[in-house]
Amino acid sequence: MDDVIIGLEIHVQLNKLRSKMFCGCSTSYHDAPPNTHTCPVCLGLPGSLPVLNRRAVEFGIKVALALNCRIAEETMFYRKNYYYPDLPKGFQISQYDYPLATGGHVLIKGDDGQERRIRITRVHMEEDPGRLVHAGTIDKAKYTLVDYNRCGMPLLEVVTEPDLRSPKEARLFLDKLRTILEYLDVFDGNLEGALRVDSNVSLAGGDRVEVKNISSHKGVEKALSYEITRQRNLKRRGIEVVQETRHYDELRGVTVSIRTKEEAHDYRYFPEMDLVPLRIADWVPRIKAELPELPDAKRERFREQYGITDDHAKSLTSEIKVADFYEWVAARSDPKLAAVWIADVLKGELNYRDLTIDSFSRDHMLEIVRMLSEREITDEIAVTLIRTILDRGGSPREIAESMGLKRADDDYVVQAVREAVADSQEAVRDYLSGNARAINYIVGQVMKRTKGRADPSVAHRLVKEEIERQSS
Amino acid sequence: MLTQLKEEILSGSAEEYLHKIFERIERSRLNAFTTLARESALEAAREFDARPWKGALAGIPIAIKDNICTKGIETTCSSRILRGFVPPYDAHVIERLKAEGAIIMGKTNMDEFAMGTSTETSCFGPTRNPWDLERVPGGSSGGSAAAVAAGEAPCALGSDTGGSVRCPASFCGIVGLKPTYGLVSRYGLIAYANSLEQIGPLTKTVEDAALLLDVIGGHDPRDSTSVASEKNYLNSIFGDVRGTRIGVPQEYFGEGVDPGVERAVWDAISVLEGLGASWKMISLPHTKYALPAYYIIAMSEASSNLARFDGLRYGLRVGEDRDWHTTFSEIRAMGFGKETKRRILLGTYALSAGYYGRYYLKALKVRTLIRRDFEHALKEVDIIASPTMPFPAFRIGERITDPLSLYMSDVFTVPINLAGIPAISLPCGFSDGLPVGLQLMSRPFEEGLLLRVANAYEKATPYHLRSPEVV
Repeated sequence: MDDVIIGLEIHVQLNKLRSKMFCGCSTSYHDAPPNTHTCPVCLGLPGSLPVLNRRAVEFGIKVALALNCRIAEETMFYRKNYYYPDLPKGFQISQYDYPLATGGHVLIKGDDGQERRIRITRVHMEEDPGRLVHAGTIDKAKYTLVDYNRCGMPLLEVVTEPDLRSPKEARLFLDKLRTILEYLDVFDGNLEGALRVDSNVSLAGGDRVEVKNISSHKGVEKALSYEITRQRNLKRRGIEVVQETRHYDELRGVTVSIRTKEEAHDYRYFPEMDLVPLRIADWVPRIKAELPELPDAKRERFREQYGITDDHAKSLTSEIKVADFYEWVAARSDPKLAAVWIADVLKGELNYRDLTIDSFSRDHMLEIVRMLSEREITDEIAVTLIRTILDRGGSPREIAESMGLKRADDDYVVQAVREAVADSQEAVRDYLSGNARAINYIVGQVMKRTKGRADPSVAHRLVKEEIERQSS
Repeated sequence: MLTQLKEEILSGSAEEYLHKIFERIERSRLNAFTTLARESALEAAREFDARPWKGALAGIPIAIKDNICTKGIETTCSSRILRGFVPPYDAHVIERLKAEGAIIMGKTNMDEFAMGTSTETSCFGPTRNPWDLERVPGGSSGGSAAAVAAGEAPCALGSDTGGSVRCPASFCGIVGLKPTYGLVSRYGLIAYANSLEQIGPLTKTVEDAALLLDVIGGHDPRDSTSVASEKNYLNSIFGDVRGTRIGVPQEYFGEGVDPGVERAVWDAISVLEGLGASWKMISLPHTKYALPAYYIIAMSEASSNLARFDGLRYGLRVGEDRDWHTTFSEIRAMGFGKETKRRILLGTYALSAGYYGRYYLKALKVRTLIRRDFEHALKEVDIIASPTMPFPAFRIGERITDPLSLYMSDVFTVPINLAGIPAISLPCGFSDGLPVGLQLMSRPFEEGLLLRVANAYEKATPYHLRSPEVV
């Protein structure tokens, strides 16, 4: 896929802010009836004027710094002019020349496992338009309803250079971006419309196609794969790919043309004179100082401080909540053991149930790790405990006791080993004749007899000893 | 005048005074008002009479240009497209007026969206000049100026984008002040060209203008371009003008200027000299580029500011709703007048890809040069004096068919808006029986000095005392 060239424009809703970009309306409209979070300013009523939310600029600078960008000394707003019913002023207040920040980068692990540096062209601020609800599909709707609750929500547009080489890389990039945004506490990715993606896709030598309306970071891989296949098929049939804008239809999983190059908008950008140029150079040192530890730095520190593998460190830092959870447990138990059990087991069990880390108490995790390191329970029992807590609730110790889940004592295991070896003479012969793996069958028998309460590694050792004792 | 009226109302009745004024308006042939807020004004007057209180404008009725939002009172910008628009909020200046006890009596006629110099482009028809009913009152705040000149309102607010307060003040023989850009909040002023315009008072005297400016000026957090001001202009107008240096720009006289206007303005300069001011000729070398730069900037901004009028949320709705593009195009085609369309089209063109640098950016550069002209000049002098308009009020219909000649008449007013400085127009005589306006300008935020010089001149001359003989 070396010929694939992808660049992204990501719209991030700074929905952790309390008020909108240019007015005092509340940003928590997500469960509210339509058109209830509006005022003359965000409705663009005649005579109203915008007033900049300075916190929004601070949030923007935070993100830009985390993306390793250069922050502008002075920034200003422009009007982007176009007619659409979701845009009550007939223009969107956005940025053009003098954007908030330029020239950053994000590191991701590429398709080939190598670290790749995705360059960020610019980061700028703008206001969100309203939301259109079509009665039916976009092309066949009899009418369309407009909800201006979203109108004026603070947006950050992050634009990448065309550095991405596959749909998967695009998804990895978005995952990374999302992680960073969550670390910065500027954004709740679970809210509808929090992250929207437009992308530019081309095959080497071909024209560039813009794909709009990718509304989730999960959709991006599908949308881009579809578009690349479409372009490849055209190329194969000798048809030239033309520059155009296409709309991603999430339901059907296809892209449809909405604008050709000739129909491209002239947005007539010009300065928004109702807002004054903003000198932000002086803001940067303070914001920089307040920046939290970011994913890459945290991953590095986890590896060094806790001596865990890079894979574990990466997995544990991919979500700030998981990282905090891990650090709490690791500080009170064996950090390596905690890493294995949180990264490999707990995360898997949560994912299987579509739950987040909030669904599991860190005290319970700590207790399980401690029981493991004190060899009170076996790995198998630990897994059972985690599953039981997630499915039915309760605490590890209670469950262990009520279900009789305790690591079997040695006599009991020795007895089971003797019985298992005696009953598996065929396997013993195989083992003695050189098939080392035959011993696993016998260990399995031991586990069966002890109902999983034996420590498999102990059982393994005892079986081996028993066979040797028997054959000597 | 307002101070006196305040006392009269306090000892008499606000309601009675208002009745008297409304009667006069009913008999009037001026067409100065678009909406009379009879009910709410009378109610406010009765309330005041029942419980009089002290406010800078207690009990005083005021007329408001129809592009300033008034809660509960239709606000149309004299455009069909805004017919039926009743703002759910008051502009900052209206809040301030009400807080000082003023009574909003109605909305005044104007050029559609303030685009004009004659009040002829209004969808309500032209306003007439009270000095000669066949002539225009000037524009775009023609309704406000005519109403004040004819005694249909004791004072009024207008807006000045390129002379829209000063021009009608000049044509109607009253005082009109355009404050420094940023001194008066634009919150609630329906934008025509937002980087140029300011709300300003139209009054019979300089003192009244200072009184109104005290009320409407000052910082408003809802307008990011508004700045904190030193209040109390009323106190600063008294005092003499001895030692004040006046500059007379050579570019504002000569060809195209009516001889009667020129004579009246030179007489005014002599009067100021007699009061102890000195004067000298100065040059504002980029004056000749001001007009094209102004129109490019104003039209560009207008093309964007007027984009919101699509009939979807308020205002005109026509025919059957069809698809979005058809419906809003039809509404705009029917709702806007000819001049408004012309300016939207020209502004759209000037901002288009490929033309932006040639027109808009170049106009911004000229704007900087104009501003520097004034900065340099106002280092050597304290006040600049010129005619407000090159000629007195022209006949209705005389220029409206020739937009270019109409644009040319703004030649002495638009440089002031490009520079953002304050300027005042005040009556300084007559040419063929029609009022002539003297324009005075000062450094930014030096309204105190500007008003003091204007007041000294006014006190030394009789022109502000003359009123038109209206039926």
